[in-house]
Amino acid sequence: MISNATNKVLARMNFESPYVDLPKRLTVRENLTVYAELYGIVDVKLRIEELATELDLKDFIDRGTGTLSAGQKTRVGLAKAFVNKPEVLLLDEPTASLDPDTADWVRQHFADYKAKTGAAILLASHNMSEVERLADNVVMMNKGRIVDEGAPDDLISRYGRINLEEVFIDIARNRRAPSREEEGSAVEELLKFEPGQDTDKIDESPS
Amino acid sequence: MSIPNQPDNIRPDVAFSVRRIGAMVRRYIYLIRSSWPRIVSMFYWPTLQILIWGFIQMYLIENSSFFAAAAGVLLGAVLLWDVMFRGQLGFSLSFFEEIWSRNLGHLLVSPLRMSEFILALMVMSSLRTLIAVIPAAIIAYLIFDFSIISLGFVLAAFLISLLTFGWAIGLIVAGLALRYGQSAEELAWALLFALAPIAAIYYPVAILPDWLEGVAYALPLAHVFEGLRAVIIDGAIRWDHLAWSFGLNAVYISLGVAAFLFFYEQARERGMLLQLGE
Repeated sequence: MISNATNKVLARMNFESPYVDLPKRLTVRENLTVYAELYGIVDVKLRIEELATELDLKDFIDRGTGTLSAGQKTRVGLAKAFVNKPEVLLLDEPTASLDPDTADWVRQHFADYKAKTGAAILLASHNMSEVERLADNVVMMNKGRIVDEGAPDDLISRYGRINLEEVFIDIARNRRAPSREEEGSAVEELLKFEPGQDTDKIDESPS
Repeated sequence: MSIPNQPDNIRPDVAFSVRRIGAMVRRYIYLIRSSWPRIVSMFYWPTLQILIWGFIQMYLIENSSFFAAAAGVLLGAVLLWDVMFRGQLGFSLSFFEEIWSRNLGHLLVSPLRMSEFILALMVMSSLRTLIAVIPAAIIAYLIFDFSIISLGFVLAAFLISLLTFGWAIGLIVAGLALRYGQSAEELAWALLFALAPIAAIYYPVAILPDWLEGVAYALPLAHVFEGLRAVIIDGAIRWDHLAWSFGLNAVYISLGVAAFLFFYEQARERGMLLQLGE
């Protein structure tokens, strides 16, 4: 049964999102203990010590989670996400509302984890530079529907853009990538438009 | 579907885990331990209630031969009503703690099963009820010379019956909160009181209009409180009322679980689960 399979893999996945918090009144150690138990970690104390060292939590591990700075909370969130050494990691806008320095640190941590463990990371993000940096394959969605897919470089090249952010804007404004046959002329067409340009004006532009 | 081998760092998955229930109970104990207002609020109202009703009972005993002969009938009712109210509140508030702290999303993607989550809430409801009612029961004994223990083993049956009904209501309230958001929190406080007039807590079901008696007997509460009066006034155990209360509870707890799962599925399909919060 699918539901049984889902339950079996849940202990081997984890999730992080700035829109979901850990209980603020619990200390960092208490929160990690609860989640380590929920994920069935064999040696809870050892795992928390490992995470405290790895993510530099030791100075505030016995403080209330609600009293931490944004950067410290981010590290605690990561500790919870890595508590079971997940083979699949689901990330929902993991760097939203972080300062550029912390956001860079977080992205690097995910990249290192992926390189070290071979874990699969499913990242939902509107930050296209983050996606370019972390993703091997990108699925572009518009209004809940998949509208394009490919490696970041492949998408950028197909849309004739210089980065994924411009591809995102093209897709958001319903400017589709050309098919392989049309590619030559349409890429030329797309290159005429600037990302800030209004959609209607784009549509009315002479071809 | 084939799944790669289980890594060494995590225990083999089991369909029902006491460890996961324990983790959730531990989470709520950590929370209560960290907040003295939460601790005080648990026994504050039951203590006040028993003091007020205890003095009312003293006054009535001095002026009424019925209450002189049936001392304890009011205090017993107050204590048992509190068991159910605190039981329901303990269940609902523990659940609401997850919404208030915006932690529900983390729990729902963890290996915690819904059945384990519900059982953890039931354990916490029982613990919170004990913390609430034991001081009140001690006061009833020390000041008003009423021992709830004197009800004998039937007390355990009453407690189980009342807690079970409290959980059934708690499940419905939690389900409504999943589906309709935090505004359903008001129901946690209000829903049970809507049943109080027909629960026959302080007066017998026979006092109610004929058409309401049937409605009252459709609730386990009326059977418990009729049973309580039978023990205190007549010294008799009404097995028929006990049987009805347990039978009805089986129906209500099943309805509670079904309602909770129904609202959970609806909330999940509508993508509302991660949006719950303050």
